Amino acid sequence: MNRIVKYIILDILKNKIVIIYTLLLSILSWSVFSLEDNSSKGMLTLLNVILLTVPLVSVIFSTIYLYNSSEFIELLLSQPIKRSKIWNSLFMGLVISLMLSFFIGVGIPILIYSPNDVGIMMLLVGIFISTIFVSIAFLSSILTRDKAKGIGISIILWLFFGLLFDGIVLFLLFQLSDYPIEKLMIGITALNPIDLARILILLHLDVSAMMGHTGAVFKEFFGTSLGIIIVFIILLLWIVIPYYASILKFKSKDL
Amino acid sequence: MKIFFKIFLVFFLPNCFFGKQLNVGAGKPILSIKEAISKSNKGDSIFVYGGIYKEGNIIIDKPLSLFGIDYPVLDGQKKFEVLSIKANNVLVTGFKLQKSGMATLDDPGGIKVYDSKCVTICNNILDDNFFGIYLQYSKHCIIKNNKLIAYATEEQQIGNGIHCWKSDSLQIIENDVTGHRDGIYFEFVTNSIIWKNNSIKNIRYGLHFMFSNNDAYISNTFKNNGAGVAVMFTHKVKMINNIFEENWGDAAYGLMLKEISDSYIYGNQFKRNTTGIYMEGTNRIKVEKNNLQANGWGMKIQASCMDNEIKQNNFLNNTFDISTNGSVVLNNFDNNYWDKYEGYDLNKDKIGDIPYHPLSLFSIIVEKNPPAMLLFRSFMINLLDKSEKILPSLTPDNFIDNKPLMNAVTL
Repeated sequence: MNRIVKYIILDILKNKIVIIYTLLLSILSWSVFSLEDNSSKGMLTLLNVILLTVPLVSVIFSTIYLYNSSEFIELLLSQPIKRSKIWNSLFMGLVISLMLSFFIGVGIPILIYSPNDVGIMMLLVGIFISTIFVSIAFLSSILTRDKAKGIGISIILWLFFGLLFDGIVLFLLFQLSDYPIEKLMIGITALNPIDLARILILLHLDVSAMMGHTGAVFKEFFGTSLGIIIVFIILLLWIVIPYYASILKFKSKDL
Repeated sequence: MKIFFKIFLVFFLPNCFFGKQLNVGAGKPILSIKEAISKSNKGDSIFVYGGIYKEGNIIIDKPLSLFGIDYPVLDGQKKFEVLSIKANNVLVTGFKLQKSGMATLDDPGGIKVYDSKCVTICNNILDDNFFGIYLQYSKHCIIKNNKLIAYATEEQQIGNGIHCWKSDSLQIIENDVTGHRDGIYFEFVTNSIIWKNNSIKNIRYGLHFMFSNNDAYISNTFKNNGAGVAVMFTHKVKMINNIFEENWGDAAYGLMLKEISDSYIYGNQFKRNTTGIYMEGTNRIKVEKNNLQANGWGMKIQASCMDNEIKQNNFLNNTFDISTNGSVVLNNFDNNYWDKYEGYDLNKDKIGDIPYHPLSLFSIIVEKNPPAMLLFRSFMINLLDKSEKILPSLTPDNFIDNKPLMNAVTL
């Protein structure tokens, strides 16, 4: 398995897209921190960037990479290697390379400008978000053989989690405004990893005071260490479930 | 001959017309302050030398001057009110008053003034008292240059720093208040001035102001208080050159105005508060040349406010500059500087050519439906805000600055 992972990482590095992505992230985060006068505000801006670009790049790059390496996968399948091993190695290769570029691009500026618990949480969240969207990409690319369709599914999923979901939440908030829906909202945010990550970080920054009653209810949950652990378990589930579904499909798929 | 006459005046006249001098302290003729007070006559001066005096409740019932030398400590032993002033023309200076008793029925304080006129309390240190300095039914009193410290953590355990009730013509000058419930508390106090005080880290309000008309507070600093400053049910108040800073929390305001009319807010700094100025039911107020910077909400102005004039203020780096809860706009917002303004100025008269809508869509949504704050910093909200800026549809279209300034007002 190690050798396959190594080949894949080398292949991805040769691809240069990941290097450009790293550069892009580092330019963004260095400029954000040097433009904003306090690092808390820098973190907020960076949060927006992370929650938008990181999922986009992770999901689309992984989907395209999977489709492009279909011949390589077929070649590997002709060898006496387990199917799950191949799929795992692909996943590991993609995750490790995207994680690395996230760490170099965003992690280093964060550790320099804001090396506190929020900064570390942001780093962790970013790494989780990258991995989640790689795993979503695995699911969407295995769902269909058609490359255009697969990429389309990935983009729609990204749009849904990044944009449409918040619209639905807003709609629900207005429709159900007569009811005490704060607790319900905690449950609903768990359905979107991006929202979950955003709220987790927001509640640990100063701006949480602006979130009023709802913020207080959320803080009661997300502020405790148990809450943080639960959030990370949910994020972990977001990695495991799509990936597990994709591996089941891959094992029985006629390639 | 003339010079001898002058010397005579200086040295002997005081002994003829003014009171005598009593010394209190270890090794002095009198050992206790209570004894000195009972031996003294109207207008005498009592000099108290350094040391600890545990005399229970000391009552001053005639016009006297009390001077503390080397900060003598008057200790209430957590049982008594330390100093009660029940006479006119009393001066208390240079003492350290500590550990007053705690009782919610008769509110003991470090120094409590009952129904008196012309009392001066200056240069004292008040440490760990229930109430610090308490004035009731008093007139023409001066509270100057005192330091008040308390250590409570909850509202109900502690009284206010400088508490004034049903009084008139007070001067509260250059005091430092920390750790009390309200730093300075005014209720039914008229024609008074609060000048150059620092009210920092109090549990509830830095300044709490109710039913107190015709007062002014000038050049004070209110910082890091539990809920900022509250001014309520009052008219004709002047608030000038104060600093409202870091009043940050769920229900904290830099300045909260409720049912205020005919007042003037000029030259104040509002920095890093959850809400810079909160207005509810305020009428005919002029808010001029203030700096609202780095607040969560610069100004929250409810629809119940009328005929207020907000002009020549700087709105800098606030998350939301302004928010309101209704579509009725009866106030004037012309001539402010908004750092989020994106217009241009072709004729170079330093006034933007296109009017500015300071309300963002999201601030309206949040005001209508507070849980929507959940979507703060969400990408979709940013998109909605941008499109609303270009084509206002949900925000009241008359909530507008017709003459936005191109440059910040220099204060």
